[in-house]
Amino acid sequence: MNIAVLVKLVPDSTAVVKIGDDRRYISTADLNFVLNPYDEYAVEEGLKIKEKEGGDVTVVSFGDDTAQKALRTALAMGAGAAVHIKSSGGSDMLGTAKSIASVLKDRGFDLIVAGKVAIDDDCGAIGPMVAELMDIPHVTAVHTLSLVDGKLTAERDIEGGVEVFESTLPALITAEKGLNDPRYATLKGIMMSKKKKIEVVEAESFESKTEVIKMSYPPSRPPGKIVGEGVEAVPELVKLLKEEAKVL
Amino acid sequence: MILIVSNSIRDLQQTTKLAKMTDKYTALDYYKLDDLLTEEERMIRDMVRSWVDEKVIPIIGKAVDEGRFPKELITEMAELGLYGATLPEKYGGAGVSQIAYGLMLQELERGDSGIRSFASVQSSLAMFAIYRFGSEEQKMKYLPKLAAGEMIGCFGLTGPNHGSDPGGMNTSAKKDADGYILNGAKMWITNGTFADIAIVWAKLDGVIRGFIVEAGTPGYSAPEMKKKWSLRASVTSELVFDDCRIPADSLLPEAKGLSAPLTCLNQARYGIAWGVVGAAMACFDEANQYAQTRTQFDKPLASFQMIQEKLAVMATEITKAQLLVYRLGQLKQEGKLTHQMVSMAKYNNCREALNVARQARDILGAAGITYEFHSGRHMLNLESVYTYEGTDSIHKLLVGADLTGIEAFR
Ligand SMILES: Cc1cc2nc3c(=O)[nH]c(=O)nc-3n(C[C@H](O)[C@H](O)[C@H](O)COP(=O)(O)OP(=O)(O)OC[C@H]3O[C@@H](n4cnc5c(N)ncnc54)[C@H](O)[C@@H]3O)c2cc1C
Repeated sequence: MNIAVLVKLVPDSTAVVKIGDDRRYISTADLNFVLNPYDEYAVEEGLKIKEKEGGDVTVVSFGDDTAQKALRTALAMGAGAAVHIKSSGGSDMLGTAKSIASVLKDRGFDLIVAGKVAIDDDCGAIGPMVAELMDIPHVTAVHTLSLVDGKLTAERDIEGGVEVFESTLPALITAEKGLNDPRYATLKGIMMSKKKKIEVVEAESFESKTEVIKMSYPPSRPPGKIVGEGVEAVPELVKLLKEEAKVL
Repeated sequence: MILIVSNSIRDLQQTTKLAKMTDKYTALDYYKLDDLLTEEERMIRDMVRSWVDEKVIPIIGKAVDEGRFPKELITEMAELGLYGATLPEKYGGAGVSQIAYGLMLQELERGDSGIRSFASVQSSLAMFAIYRFGSEEQKMKYLPKLAAGEMIGCFGLTGPNHGSDPGGMNTSAKKDADGYILNGAKMWITNGTFADIAIVWAKLDGVIRGFIVEAGTPGYSAPEMKKKWSLRASVTSELVFDDCRIPADSLLPEAKGLSAPLTCLNQARYGIAWGVVGAAMACFDEANQYAQTRTQFDKPLASFQMIQEKLAVMATEITKAQLLVYRLGQLKQEGKLTHQMVSMAKYNNCREALNVARQARDILGAAGITYEFHSGRHMLNLESVYTYEGTDSIHKLLVGADLTGIEAFR
């Protein structure tokens, strides 16, 4: 099984993100960047399938040189090869998806796995777009996956139930939390990842048709209020919950 | 709007916004030492850091309260490759740099000194003794299993009457037809009770030699020493040898004289100098976060000059300690390290980590004495770390002897 996993470097989920001076992008100074958490599930799933079925896992990332950190992390977890699609400037979703699809299309991958969403821009569009551009089927936000006789069965949650998909290969899925329990990169894995070479491909450039014109902070929340301590506070609490919060 | 009614300590912490366990740890790096690390050193550090967040921090308070070493972590640490990490792959190691090894221990001790002690003893004392002084057969027999966590090791040097002066030991080995007979006792031995092998130092014809003693050998027992108020998440034991017969091939052929165990201790002390920085960083972060959220006199604690002075001094001492071990790591990697250089870092960093922990405990007020917070636990642990593997005074005397040419400890 020849598996590709799409990965992205994003700010650490606990980081306090500030908007940059141009008001169009975040300020990256002092930010810690990590492999997108949903991509950890994607990498783990790729590795699990490889361990069971044989084959290899190639991790792919689009972006500037910092993207290599995401690739290194995935290599340290156990991926066998890495492709960095190097972009000179930024690109919108469709442009990014086109670049990725153009690199993936002739490489004969049986399965492409991506994270459900990158926690930075929260778009969740790249996975399905890449599949559409490659003209292969896709299932998003998959929490249970199995592969039997060259077919995949993928389960995803919908409001009040579970959807079960069956699909031929090649196909693309995006990983939801709970798909697996991502492994830690081991010391040996980290040391070995140093020896693996990252293939760098210049991204074919596609015109961006959308543009971020402004970023702003959400309105600040009113401060909390402590009404008292112990049982004595209960009547006041109930009163406020009824009259002010209007939740009772 | 947040409406909270409180009663117990736990609720109190919520009302004062102190639900610590969920707060994210921020590692102090005031002088941007991160920039000096290699990519894999940073990756190793970050990996151990998140493992500690996920696996150690949530359980450690309870383990300490119960006075229990969390054995469930042994295999996981082995899978991550944390035992014997600097050794060659042939013996189960990962061949990482000395700085990477130090960072790994820093992160483990950010969790708890007991967890770091376990890893230190396994790697720097038990595995290193065999790696440095063992025969090839001994290395192949034990090292891969120790690296895999399938075997646990301990290191018995200190005796009931010989701590700072281990050379005076009265544990003895006598040659007999098929091997050796050990007699005597060791005390304060980390991992002793559940170790599968003990590296035991004993005098054979008046010369200190090292022996590998397997658990279950008749005449060998290792009762646990309970009722400690420090390193409670670590097992500390006596080792008792009563006409304990061991085979001839249990002798470490290359270890002769007191310098052999001291060479092992030097490895471990290097790791301690790194480790305690992690404990200090944990305490600083906790105190700093607390000071910003806890209000008294209608202002956050952090707004008072005396609190700021404490935080500034804590951060300064941590930064100095970080610089010390970073340089020590370079020297070790380059083979330019002297044991006195290690002594200086060991006593300085243990002393300053202990001071930082005490200051943090103070800033936390009463909350600082509970297991819900980490600083008090680190403070108590660091009392052991300050003493073991050579006390503060002994290391100063070693540096003093180096500077003056006069030994003042005999
Ligand atoms: C939790 C824990 C785990 C340990 N684990 C191990 C282990 O795994 N293996 C092992 O072999 N040992 C272990 N030890 C033992 C430890 O290394 C010794 O306790 C330490 O070396 C000090 O020895 P001591 O306790 O006998 O103190 P002593 O040597 O009796 O010292 C008592 C005091 O006298 C001072 N002192 C001693 N000599 C001098 C001098 N010449 N000049 C000035 N002051 C002096 C000391 O600094 C100290 O303040 C452990 C100890 C603890 C607490």
